[in-house]
Amino acid sequence: MTFVAKPKVHHPLLQFNEIGLTRRDYEGAVSTLCAGCGHDSVSAAVAIACNELAIPPHRFAKISGIGCSSKTPSYFLGASHGFNSVHGRMPSVATGANLANHELHCIGVSGDGDSASIGVGQFAHIVRRKVNMLYIVDNNGTYGLTKGQFSATNDRGSTSKRGVPNLYSPIDLVSMALQIGASFVARSFSGDKQQLVPLIKAAIMHKGFAFIDVISPCVMFNNHNGSTKSYQYVREHTASMVDAQLVMPHEQIEIEYAPGTLKEVDMPDGSVLRLRKISESYDPHDRVGALNHVQRAQEQGDVITGLLYVDPIASDIHEVLETPTAPLNQLGEAELCPGSEALTAVNAGFR
Amino acid sequence: MNPTDIHAPEYFHKVVDCQWACPAHTPVPEYIRMIAAGRYTEAYMINWESNVFPGILGRTCDRPCEPACRRVRTEEKPVAICRLKRVAADHKGDIEQFLPKVPKTKNDKRIALLGAGPASLAVARDLLPFGYTVDMFDQDPAGGGMMRSQIPAFRLPADVLEEEVDLIVNMGINATYNYEITSMKEMLDMNYDAYFVGTGAPRGRDLDLPGRREVDEHISIGINWLSSVAFGHTTSIEGKVIVMGGGNTAMDCCRTSKRLGAETVTVVVRSGFEVMKASEWEKEDAMSEGIPIINNRPPKEFVHENGKLTGVVFECVKPIEEDGRLKYIPTGEPDVFIECDHILMAIGQENHCPWIERDIGIEFDKWDCPILDEVTLQSTHPKIFFGGDSAFGPENIIWASAHAHQAAISIHLMCQGKDPKSDRPPDGLNLISQKMGVHEWAYDAEHDASKRYLVPHANRRRSLENIKVEVELGFDEILGSREAQRCLNCDVQTVFTEKLCIECDACVDICPMDCITFTPNAAEEQLRNILTAPAPNLEQALYVSEELETGRVMVKDEDVCLHCGLCAERCPTNAWDMQKSIIHIPQLGSYAE
Repeated sequence: MTFVAKPKVHHPLLQFNEIGLTRRDYEGAVSTLCAGCGHDSVSAAVAIACNELAIPPHRFAKISGIGCSSKTPSYFLGASHGFNSVHGRMPSVATGANLANHELHCIGVSGDGDSASIGVGQFAHIVRRKVNMLYIVDNNGTYGLTKGQFSATNDRGSTSKRGVPNLYSPIDLVSMALQIGASFVARSFSGDKQQLVPLIKAAIMHKGFAFIDVISPCVMFNNHNGSTKSYQYVREHTASMVDAQLVMPHEQIEIEYAPGTLKEVDMPDGSVLRLRKISESYDPHDRVGALNHVQRAQEQGDVITGLLYVDPIASDIHEVLETPTAPLNQLGEAELCPGSEALTAVNAGFR
Repeated sequence: MNPTDIHAPEYFHKVVDCQWACPAHTPVPEYIRMIAAGRYTEAYMINWESNVFPGILGRTCDRPCEPACRRVRTEEKPVAICRLKRVAADHKGDIEQFLPKVPKTKNDKRIALLGAGPASLAVARDLLPFGYTVDMFDQDPAGGGMMRSQIPAFRLPADVLEEEVDLIVNMGINATYNYEITSMKEMLDMNYDAYFVGTGAPRGRDLDLPGRREVDEHISIGINWLSSVAFGHTTSIEGKVIVMGGGNTAMDCCRTSKRLGAETVTVVVRSGFEVMKASEWEKEDAMSEGIPIINNRPPKEFVHENGKLTGVVFECVKPIEEDGRLKYIPTGEPDVFIECDHILMAIGQENHCPWIERDIGIEFDKWDCPILDEVTLQSTHPKIFFGGDSAFGPENIIWASAHAHQAAISIHLMCQGKDPKSDRPPDGLNLISQKMGVHEWAYDAEHDASKRYLVPHANRRRSLENIKVEVELGFDEILGSREAQRCLNCDVQTVFTEKLCIECDACVDICPMDCITFTPNAAEEQLRNILTAPAPNLEQALYVSEELETGRVMVKDEDVCLHCGLCAERCPTNAWDMQKSIIHIPQLGSYAE
């Protein structure tokens, strides 16, 4: 915990974004997590990404469950909407929020305990339902708040701080998301903002369910030699597959890549997602191939990162349910309660 | 870039901008912390050791430290360093026990100090505790030099001046006052082991314009006139007064005239307002007393009727920038005539030593300044040293103290048969961790966003009636402690230990000023552009670490660091630590046993 408040004063050359805000306007309260926690870097990356997207903070809804990860929405986007919900039930609340007002950008933050243990059922079903949101899992493989028990994403054979090995197979949320039908799946590392920030930007602008599994070391309980989620292990075993860069409609495309390595995906708001393949054999539009790749790497103890899968023509829950264009929370009494004649007609349809 | 050598004393010294800018290198943040803690006596002694005249300087210093203050770069106005110094002086307790002891038994070396101004006094203070016999000669009836003769009492009350001057004189100087030195040869014949010339810059410049000779009795040279006011020879000035010049002497002349009964006082300056030599606060004070300052008006002619001055004709010019330099060209407007009965000429002063014979081994340059070694202040005559305004031309009191410390070391080394240059002790550095507990620091790390506090002034009417009423009242203890909190503690350094860093980015994320970046190494020019925030201020160093595990380096831009300690607070491995840097600038005290 930090007792010194972060001063309001900022660098004299701090850049303003297109709507006249700075990165500092996207920060939240000072973190109460342990110093050096990977989750704080993820929070900082979200703040940087939202600032670069130049979306006003009050157009975001942050929703979380329980755990270290789920505390973090307090530490970014201080001027947005937030709901710290029940353990493992963030997906339900996020679904409700998105159904009520699809104009808000929904960011769900969860952890490996919240999503892979108590909330694993909720996780599976929100993927199926295609809720248009960014779902981040701060994945540290341990239960930090209860002093370092193995979580469900901890690799078999990885040891605790005291050297005791984990006996169970891990749940891989990336594989689950790919398998159940998520239209945007990425994995990243809290210690690599160069990769993480563009992924968050692209995920926020993606229409459909976007999932980012962020390996975020727990400095207190899971950053030792036997851990597969420590800063050192991840740095040594990480391989980036596809580099993603979101180019906003007004931005000039500056960097030229060698032909054949670059793919461009048009985003609904007119921006362009540029994908640069680092591994020649990898195709980010092939769901089955991606699944194979992820599983194979896992077997070898490697961590592959980057944008693993994106469906350029994804749909979301509102399209499936054919809801009206106007957000439901903006509909008046007349639209929501069309009267007894309409009810009779509906009932007649079921006879 | 190569890794930064933080153990070279000048590296962290430069980060403490105020101390670096102070000619005497006063450890400013250290004494400001003492003031915040109400430890005024200790704050005073830290000052006294470095700059010798805290009470005087707390009212009259030119404040090179304040424009250098980091706060100017992080937001707006600097910490009121000078006024805080005065707080220490005003509220200090008995300092007797802290003063250096002067031995009863003298060593066999005799030193002559020529002039009794701040430079000579400071040399005496440094030499006396080592048993030197110190004889001081001055033309005035009392010690203090220009501090006594040129600074009016409404800025520097007599009791403040006398307290600090007498303290040194009473350490055992053999002072000979009312003694006009007319020949250096004569002085050399007295056979001292070393001579220190601290006779100042006593010649005020004059202007030879048409009519100058005819109106001689109506024109006074500013510094001479101020001196005659200070010693009570002049007690009034009548009629309309024009003060020519734009420096601090001009400001003192106009405000003194106003207090001595002038009907009107006008300051006329050749140059533009912004480029006037006078300190900003001196200009403000003069104007707030209702004295007009007229700029861009070079004088052309003194107008007189039957030998009586009636006024001055001024030309109208405007500044233009040419090749980066200011040039003044006529505006084409007709000349202006300003009526007056008396003129005070305050257009600069020179050091002038007509009493030094040119054939005794002291060489002079083409500006008639003695040729000196800039470090040792030794002239081309090995026994003769210079300091203060007489060394390199008019500066200010704080420079006199700075020169004096260096000259005293040189004199001491020479008297010990050592070389004043090669045997000089080097600067030193101590780093002391400020960590007290998991989240506790030995300094007040929290950033105080308060604006600079205003200093209370004496009642305007009362102060304009009496030249002895001090205008600035100084901060009281409460205002002083509040202003002290604005200090950023730039001497508490961010020290980085490469081998502890796990590159978790916590410091990068928390730093409010975006000072820290982890990046592949590059040339400085390149690095300055790719940091989290660009670092265009080339005067401020980049702190570059050794290569880290990922092959990157940590680069910290020192420019706008608040020294808030958040990087160290958020560091899980203590790779960042806040350490107080104590810079040891050698003084003769360093030799004391």
